[in-house]
Amino acid sequence: MTSSETKSARQPRVGLFATCLVDLFRPSVGFASVKLLQDAGCEVHVPVAQTCCGQPAYNTGDRADTREIAEQVIEAFEEFDFVVAPSGSCASMLKKHYPGLFEGDPAWEERSRTFSAKCHELISFLTDVMMVRDTGAQLKARITYHDSCSGLRELNISEQPRKLLGNVSGLEVQEMTDSHVCCGFGGTFCVKYSDISNAIVTKKVGNIDASGADMLLAGDLGCLMNMAGKLKRQGSDVEVRHVAEVLAGMTSQPPIAGSGK
Amino acid sequence: MELTANKFKANASKALVDAQLQKALGNVEKGFIGKRQKAADALPEFDALRDNARDIKNHTLAHLDLYLEEYERKVTAAGGHVHWAETAEDARRIVLDICKKANARTVTKGKSMITEEIALNDHLSANGIEPVETDLGEYIIQLRGEHPSHIIAPAVHLNKEQVEGDFRRVHTHLAKDRDLTEPVSLLSEAREVLRQRYFAADVGITGANFLIAETGSSVIVTNEGNGDLTQTLGKVHVVVASIEKIVPTLEDTSQILRVLARSATGQDMSVYTTFSTGPKREEDPDGPDEYHVVLLDNGRSAMLGTEYQDMLRCIRCGACMNHCPVYHAVGGHAYGSVYPGPMGAVLTPSLNGIDETGQLPNASTFCGRCEAVCPMRIPLPKMMRHWREREFERNLTPAVARYGLKAWAFFAKRPKLYRFAASLGMPLLSLFGGTSRRFHALPFAGGWTRYRDLPAPEGRTFQQAWAQREALKQEAGH
Repeated sequence: MTSSETKSARQPRVGLFATCLVDLFRPSVGFASVKLLQDAGCEVHVPVAQTCCGQPAYNTGDRADTREIAEQVIEAFEEFDFVVAPSGSCASMLKKHYPGLFEGDPAWEERSRTFSAKCHELISFLTDVMMVRDTGAQLKARITYHDSCSGLRELNISEQPRKLLGNVSGLEVQEMTDSHVCCGFGGTFCVKYSDISNAIVTKKVGNIDASGADMLLAGDLGCLMNMAGKLKRQGSDVEVRHVAEVLAGMTSQPPIAGSGK
Repeated sequence: MELTANKFKANASKALVDAQLQKALGNVEKGFIGKRQKAADALPEFDALRDNARDIKNHTLAHLDLYLEEYERKVTAAGGHVHWAETAEDARRIVLDICKKANARTVTKGKSMITEEIALNDHLSANGIEPVETDLGEYIIQLRGEHPSHIIAPAVHLNKEQVEGDFRRVHTHLAKDRDLTEPVSLLSEAREVLRQRYFAADVGITGANFLIAETGSSVIVTNEGNGDLTQTLGKVHVVVASIEKIVPTLEDTSQILRVLARSATGQDMSVYTTFSTGPKREEDPDGPDEYHVVLLDNGRSAMLGTEYQDMLRCIRCGACMNHCPVYHAVGGHAYGSVYPGPMGAVLTPSLNGIDETGQLPNASTFCGRCEAVCPMRIPLPKMMRHWREREFERNLTPAVARYGLKAWAFFAKRPKLYRFAASLGMPLLSLFGGTSRRFHALPFAGGWTRYRDLPAPEGRTFQQAWAQREALKQEAGH
């Protein structure tokens, strides 16, 4: 752990909610998140009792299972000063949707609200709470950034990643057309309505290609896997990474769905 | 129209390969979005107006009975008649009775989604009365025997070449060399034909964008002026409107009007905003001899006090569908219901029951753009999710999804077991990913790999790798 004499008396204790997709598919994002949080002066913990935020159940209408999972998450994480997730979608689930699950339940209502108030998406937590301006990363690349829907519209995440990316030396940001439009992932939507999802992601990938960028970044692994999968299916050379990997300067892993160079 | 909401997937697949439709849908994305954005940006108080509009409707819905009664009193005092219709069938019967009493042979119609909802045209035709749609888009789709694919742009699924073909087919008087290649020439051709129909019609039927309790007025907004001719030239004017169109005062109406056209077409105001209060008075130069309002419930009062009440704030601007990636991909007809897009995905199950319409609230990525642009701030994704909950409770969710979800939840609720299974499964899956680090096809993942590759997992799970790193640190520390 880095020394923190210059920081306030006690480092904020952060529980990292890694998210199921990062846990299963891309641990690099978890380690990048840890590095970014530690560099920002946080003491990072990874509770073992975490699986998923419950969105698959929540968005399928299964409230009972969602609530059980939410209780599990709250119990595992409420001891921390902050709960941080490298995903706008999962962070929004914790922050915006959990309290609704406990409405009218005196034992949990207040508890869930207290918990939700501590939850943040990684990048906006770095900029808005820890006041990080520059992560010190370097990367020679021309990137384009996709705004994932939940982060953008439920948590107002738009400027924050762009500010930090703007301070990565060597990095050039090339905005694509309609960066704020859905990529067609939508959780189980992408397999339940695969034809429509395909039409949406095809449009998105067209905009990514047209941007002239050689790397695509976003803050949600679900969207990234969807866009990377489509780019690769079309034979595109665009590399796809989670924004945390670049901001943490941890790009030695091959990109998502790519074998590296 | 026949409800085919539960054939949404099949309808959508067809729509996706319909080249004409796909070409036309490009116009929705290109046109409406930019215009709305420009109009919203030009008005610093736009978001505050949206809050106001929401609050006005919330207040109205909380006292709906009082405002409806007040409205009825005011209409009656102005010499009009109010008819209460609990169901679509009631409304059809009432309108037909009025037309029969007027000995009507043809009726002109202003654009009205509510008469689509009650399938009025079919009912009138079946009873020997010819309905004539006068909104250009509605006129075109009537010629084609179709239904609106969009609530404010009913023929948005068509290209101008298709319309030219329809006009040449139906307007047999047309000279072969008459140029109909431009929209404006199509418009003037429709105008010429419709002009005669206005004068011949016995009854004019319109919908209403607002019903004002304070004055007993009904309000329509149009861009073609067809609504005005429809309602002033016939002997009888029939307004068909649903109960949630009520607003308390003229002032409230003007507040909501400020967000309506901006959200819909990006105009500050529609070209015509027409207020009608009762039949022609002695001193009036024109107007109908009789003025009727048919107030339709059709399931709406049952939405009051439920988690779907907010849907009754809807002012039918169409912004939700204009910004919906799913609507952009498949168009309005794929929804197989009168109301397409996000607002339809919430309203249709309320009107027709979730059993017949379950596909609609599921066919959304929950991207939230609809809610972000809704002038009435209706939480559309949240209400779609509530419909999914109603489905799940009643085991209407497809079995594969239900069992899959239950199996997943079994693990998700048992972190130890989950960690164990993941620590075995993911490294194995990673191994199969080979050097390409992705899968072109994978058993049980066909929904994904049909159109895109599946990225291979890196190897060990984050939990595994983290535990190992912490253990090493501990060792080094000792």
